[in-house]
Amino acid sequence: MEYNILIGGEAGQGIETISDILEKTLNNMGYYVYSSKDYMSRVKGGHNFTQIRLGDYPIHSHWPYLDLIIALDEKTVKLHRDRLKPNGCILCDMSIKNEGANTLRIPLIGIAKSLGNPRMANTVALGAVYKLFGLSYDRAIEHLNARFANKFREENIKALKEGYEAVSQLFTMPQPSTVKNILINGNEACALGALAAGCAYYSAYPMTPSTTIMKFMTRYAEKAGIFVDQAEDEIAAINSAIGASYAGIRAMTGTSGGGFSLMVEALGLAGVTETPLVVANVQRPGPATGLSTRTEQSDLLFVISAAQGEFPRMVIALRNTEDAFYQTARAFNLAEKYQIPVILLSDEYLSDCKVTTKPYDFDKVTIERYLTEKPEYEGIFRRYEVTTDGISPRIFPSQYENVFVLADSHEHDEYGHISENVDIRNSMVRKRMKKMELLRKDLMEPDYFGSEKPELLLIGWGSTYGPLYEALRLLKADGIEAGALVFGDIWPLPQNRLLHYCDKAKKIINVEQNYTGQLASLIAQQTGIRCHGSILKYDGRQMDSYFIYKAVKEGDY
Amino acid sequence: MKNNPFHYDCEISWCPGCGNFGIIEALKETLEELGLKPYETAAISGIGQAAKLPHYINSNGFNGLHGRALPVAMGVKIANKDLTVFVNSGDGDSYGEGGNHLIHNIRRNIDITHFVHNNQIYGLTKGQGSPTTALNQVTTLQFDGVKSSPFNPLAFAISQDCSFVARTFSGDKVHMKAMMKAAIENKGYSLLDILQPCVTFNKVNTFKWYKDRVYYLDEKYDPYDKEEAFKKALEWGDSIPIGILYKSDKPSFIDRFHHLKEEEPLVKRRWSPQDARAFMDEFY
Repeated sequence: MEYNILIGGEAGQGIETISDILEKTLNNMGYYVYSSKDYMSRVKGGHNFTQIRLGDYPIHSHWPYLDLIIALDEKTVKLHRDRLKPNGCILCDMSIKNEGANTLRIPLIGIAKSLGNPRMANTVALGAVYKLFGLSYDRAIEHLNARFANKFREENIKALKEGYEAVSQLFTMPQPSTVKNILINGNEACALGALAAGCAYYSAYPMTPSTTIMKFMTRYAEKAGIFVDQAEDEIAAINSAIGASYAGIRAMTGTSGGGFSLMVEALGLAGVTETPLVVANVQRPGPATGLSTRTEQSDLLFVISAAQGEFPRMVIALRNTEDAFYQTARAFNLAEKYQIPVILLSDEYLSDCKVTTKPYDFDKVTIERYLTEKPEYEGIFRRYEVTTDGISPRIFPSQYENVFVLADSHEHDEYGHISENVDIRNSMVRKRMKKMELLRKDLMEPDYFGSEKPELLLIGWGSTYGPLYEALRLLKADGIEAGALVFGDIWPLPQNRLLHYCDKAKKIINVEQNYTGQLASLIAQQTGIRCHGSILKYDGRQMDSYFIYKAVKEGDY
Repeated sequence: MKNNPFHYDCEISWCPGCGNFGIIEALKETLEELGLKPYETAAISGIGQAAKLPHYINSNGFNGLHGRALPVAMGVKIANKDLTVFVNSGDGDSYGEGGNHLIHNIRRNIDITHFVHNNQIYGLTKGQGSPTTALNQVTTLQFDGVKSSPFNPLAFAISQDCSFVARTFSGDKVHMKAMMKAAIENKGYSLLDILQPCVTFNKVNTFKWYKDRVYYLDEKYDPYDKEEAFKKALEWGDSIPIGILYKSDKPSFIDRFHHLKEEEPLVKRRWSPQDARAFMDEFY
């Protein structure tokens, strides 16, 4: 059993406050929550909404149809009432005009005003929601106590209680599970993964939708004993992270496409100096400023080839809040093992969606530094020695007495000194590029779910994981033999499972949140396999499972 | 000189007579006289003739991207506060391509020393105007004269209350060493602008041009007097003051973070995944 709630209004009306309290309560009670946000790039006004999907089973995607709309303004009613299920309900203020029996008008503003602060209409609505679902308001009070300063606390609690009394219960809740889960979004999970991996240096420039990684890291910087810097620009952010990594600590930077574009030259610097680095690109629609607060998967081909010249790199697409934690932690080990930049490709949808997630197992995370023993000589270290296994030895400055380390953005010899020698150039290029091959041993094949004899194979990557997962269940219920392959590790492209399932399927369809079908292009380039159709969306709003299901059913690909 | 541990025997690609030779010799002597060892120091640079310096000295070194030496130096210093970190780069790298990092590392007051080899011209790219080339000066590119006014790095740094602002001249080794020593010893971001002739591309600001104009700030000069410092920084032309123009005592960037200041360098600490487990608690 599940319900879908939409809370909408203008920026500044307190949507986030009440959705946050409601989500936390539901998750804490043992329900599964999937909360997605749709917000504009403004602080006041406009139209924002949060959609909360809750149930007594794990949820992987948002859903188009609604049981309850909490409308803090009239626009919310107009924009979303068509998505209301037949016995759904709209909760709004008396002042909002809407025909139909399913509208529950209560004096949200009137109650708030009578308590002395009309801005508390959101808290009145929150109280009403608790009653509609038969939830005890005690939990909401705990949150209000934690959230509000003394002078607002009492009046908000009164507002909550009056809202609660203004309606009667409308929905029956299923039995919650007894398992304790966490409610976390993709950026928080990514930051937590970085902290677990011993990331000691995080530098970034604020850019939506990546900023909340930095925010979380900053909050725990002192406790974790690490350093977090709000850099003057993205160029400084990545260059200083490279400096920190060269000097011996795990370092990371994060941004969105625009900032990543500024980091590109330094990405090559990490490549040529063989400095381990983790870079998160939380994608939003481009080009240029694009749609600041919305989602897209259009940086795949860009990050694979970004920067002049050729150098090894790895790209991992984060698919959900599990990946965001475990893959971020893994990225640090891979970056050090191969002395390469590892790019984490996330997006606004994943970064902002709060999802009930099994608590992370910190015993599954390991910190492997792959540093070399003390050399038998003194003086300049042969940092770029051509070795039989293809990986040069690595120590950091002042790690050992009387041994020093040189790194250079030019082509260089085994010591890191500038060189234009033909043989040195060839051996250094080969040494670096060989790591692309070595890396294949560590690649994780894409996840596959669905029929083992698929007529139809859907291929996706990153955050369309959840929508694809649920779409497959809907298709299966209709007797359609389909399967889905969803890539996490995406560069270099893992091919075993891809070749296996493409061989079985009659039709291959790529499902992506972009216009050109970038994964399909990559697959064609790497394997010669061509998709027969595409399900694409590039309006900045994430496709849900029903969108994919409908496109498949209607042959719209 | 051969006994200096910082001395590295190698082929140097600077033009004969370049001011860089004097600067690197002074630097090596200064580092040795400060009792430092090569493995305890880090020479960071960007791109340009001056920026080749990490290749010509025994030290840890990072020869990074054009204009980006300061962020790298910052990362190195924060990772290992025990290292003596200095940047050697030119006027184009430091004041042009890397201008934004200059502003913000003055604000941070990160404990690094920035030696700007200021020859008022682009050398590596063959003679174009730099941010410090005089207005109307003819160059290999600006055949009709430079149309932008020169950037005044010292006046700028003083205006931003930079903790150490000094100028020296590559033709005066004794003075250069004194300035380098004071700059390294300052616990904060130190800007040392080193006037230096470019024998190949700058036919205006020659060795003689500088020699005829520079004069020492006398003993009575108070570098803590901001107004006076500003006046000195604006003095340019027939007479050019060299010395410590400005000092401002304030905590270095690392000292502004309690845990970075009090505990051992980040590079010496060890983390375990379990250390982060408690940070998950807020999500229940």
